[in-house]
Amino acid sequence: MPDVIVRKTVIVVDEIYHEGGPVASEPLRRASALAVIENPFAGRFVEEITGFIDDLKPLGLQMAADLIAALGGDASVVEGYGKGAIIGEGGELEHAALWHAPGGYSMRELVPASKAIVPSTKKVGGPGCRLDVPVTHSNASYVRSHFDAIEVGINDAPKADEMVVALVMTTGPRIHHRAGGLQASDIVGEDGLK
Amino acid sequence: MSKAKIRKIVTVVEQTNIEIGKSIDPPTRRAASVAVIENPFAGKYQEDLEELMAIGEELGGLLGDKCVAALGITPSQAESYGKAAMVGENGELEHAAAILHPRLGKPLRAAVEKGAALVPSSKKMGSMGQPLDVPLGHKDAAYVRSHFDGMEVRINDAPRANEIMVAITVTDSGRPLPRVGGLEAKDAEGKDGLR
Repeated sequence: MPDVIVRKTVIVVDEIYHEGGPVASEPLRRASALAVIENPFAGRFVEEITGFIDDLKPLGLQMAADLIAALGGDASVVEGYGKGAIIGEGGELEHAALWHAPGGYSMRELVPASKAIVPSTKKVGGPGCRLDVPVTHSNASYVRSHFDAIEVGINDAPKADEMVVALVMTTGPRIHHRAGGLQASDIVGEDGLK
Repeated sequence: MSKAKIRKIVTVVEQTNIEIGKSIDPPTRRAASVAVIENPFAGKYQEDLEELMAIGEELGGLLGDKCVAALGITPSQAESYGKAAMVGENGELEHAAAILHPRLGKPLRAAVEKGAALVPSSKKMGSMGQPLDVPLGHKDAAYVRSHFDGMEVRINDAPRANEIMVAITVTDSGRPLPRVGGLEAKDAEGKDGLR
């Protein structure tokens, strides 16, 4: 299978102190890692594409490690995560689905409390396209305070024969969460849901 | 006590490994750090803008340091820089000028060591999610042609009407494939800020 050719990477760290309410002493941090890679299947229909999943694993692990480093180096601070992909116009939506396993399992390999499925989204788009990457609690999907989303995008990507793959991690709940539901302090943490 | 009322800070590092099929080795890297702050003068005309000048001084150091840290470089390894602000709809373009121009430069220059050149800048009024293109120029010699560049930043929830987005950019390199001639970084004296 083809090599993964990375044209560009982008790392973003948000530090959120407040959103009109009490100012947090420690900001909520949200990190995004994006990689702009060549789409080896662009421009034609390719039936067999699953081999690229294994090819993407090293990139996924690198991006997950970069996120943890951007958050200070301690993986135990991670409480939420998500993933997504934007496919350039020469590709098809199905190509984005190749990111599910290498993106998700890379983060779950490095984040200690990660029983929950990694939420995801995908689309086809051009350079500058924005993607709202969903975020949920990493150990129990129903934790309401941790439902969030991070908008990502790059002004010059993806070009037609490229794809942008994204991983995101957060260090806590929404900054002024108060919508009830399952609390992080009450989770059992066995089934990944509650 | 912080002068700026900061709602959030977004720090971005972009690394380019390949440009139009050619490998860039070492990759070019640029960082932006953007603070979203309350505009103390939103919704009213304020003659004296001293408070914003003090905020600019504070943010020049804070955001400059964040860029350098995000690039993982020593201050002396920084090669170019820039600054920009986008003022939410209840503010005034002059608010951006008060933050950017009087006092932001000195602490930024301390963050990147030296910095003989003018810090290139841009400013605009804008709303949430709008792109802000932050200019970039060589930090010691403004005429170095390989380092003229710009970096787009945007935050989907900023600036709100009563907020200002303040951005600093720092790089450890010029454009990925510079080849339009002019003064080269290796030939710059870096004394007068121009050449």
